[in-house]
Amino acid sequence: MRTLAEYLPEHPFFADLGPEAMELIVGCAQNVHFRDGELLFRAGEQADTFYVIRRGRVALDIHDPQRGTLVIASPGEGEVVGWSWLVPPYRWMFDARAATSVSAVALDGACLRGKCDRDPVLGYALMQRVAQVMLERLQDARLRLLDVYGSGS
Amino acid sequence: MSVQAPNPTSVDVRAPDPMLPRQFRIVETRLDTRDTVTLALDPVDGVRLEHRAGQFTMLHAFGVGEVPISICGDPTAPGPLLHTIRDVGAVTHALVTAAPGTTVGVRGPFGTGWEVADGMGGDVVIVTGGIGLAPLRPAILQVVSRRSEYGRVVLLYGARSPEDILFAEDMASWAADHDIVVEVTVDYGPPSWTGRVGLVTSLVARAGFDPLNSLALVCGPEVMMRYAATALVDRGVAAERIRLSMERNMKCGVGLCGHCQLREVFLCVDGPVLDYARLGPLMDIREL
Repeated sequence: MRTLAEYLPEHPFFADLGPEAMELIVGCAQNVHFRDGELLFRAGEQADTFYVIRRGRVALDIHDPQRGTLVIASPGEGEVVGWSWLVPPYRWMFDARAATSVSAVALDGACLRGKCDRDPVLGYALMQRVAQVMLERLQDARLRLLDVYGSGS
Repeated sequence: MSVQAPNPTSVDVRAPDPMLPRQFRIVETRLDTRDTVTLALDPVDGVRLEHRAGQFTMLHAFGVGEVPISICGDPTAPGPLLHTIRDVGAVTHALVTAAPGTTVGVRGPFGTGWEVADGMGGDVVIVTGGIGLAPLRPAILQVVSRRSEYGRVVLLYGARSPEDILFAEDMASWAADHDIVVEVTVDYGPPSWTGRVGLVTSLVARAGFDPLNSLALVCGPEVMMRYAATALVDRGVAAERIRLSMERNMKCGVGLCGHCQLREVFLCVDGPVLDYARLGPLMDIREL
């Protein structure tokens, strides 16, 4: 298995970040593994980690008393999980569950925030990337609100 | 002055009138999803209906009405005429609940086809959602039948939920036996669903195809097609190489009534399959 310093710069989320920035980021990272069904985090908990998926798929769950648990997003290899670590109040809004066996890189949110505070260039670069993920998920959610495959379409 | 009556023998009485339905008998019905059924139809007169992949017919439930439905079977294969129909209105309900042996009317086939052979020698990327997979099935079967003449073939399919996924067995076979990359995503799923959740259009950015040497075929709800076409253009696919099947309110099927008119385009004749270079500007006009 490649080291984090080798793997992370190749991940699409970190594309075009320079070696100095990557060195700072790798310093907050560790490899983690989750068994099928294991929770990465639970809604309401403190958001202190950011996950870069190496293998497998994560299900973001929301529970509705009438409809039961629904999977509303499923990031997989090459994608990331979580932006709540970056924005106060640093609290997860959904459950994240390993839908399959998952290998990921966990980045310590407090560690990253500290480095971003001290290095605004790094902070801006990371914020741009997180904003891109947020934008894609927001647009995805808005379009799914249309229920284009629903009755009458 | 005398007027000579036309000689009845000079008129080809067998010439098909596109406004008259031919009679077909339902020989089999197959429940595909909870609200979608495939009808297999045999011509009562025994004359096979020749068609091209992507064309549609006007299906007539006698006493109820008529609806445009795309043909979903292989144009080159023998056997019944196949239509996959979603139960969304009075006519479609009559059709999907009709028992084998029932006679229905068929006009057509009408419109343009996918002409997927234009993609030979390059990659083919198919983006579809919901029942939009049905009109594309004949084109996919054509690719499968001459698979070695195409490069990478990618099928991106979106459905509302796992139980709404259409032609799941076909897709499994295309992936396993014909080297087609099949990516399926749903709008939401139960905890048991381990596949993708999200928009089909979001799969375009990471799909494995060469945008400069690809033919893209897109079919689904209009808003989905608009975003799919945008995503394909963003990847670098030329608008002229993106084909969409556009559904509007087809009625006559022969470009007379204007119900399906999109400015100067009669979708029943000029479409339903059109390229995005022509269709894109029209899709942006809300009044149309």
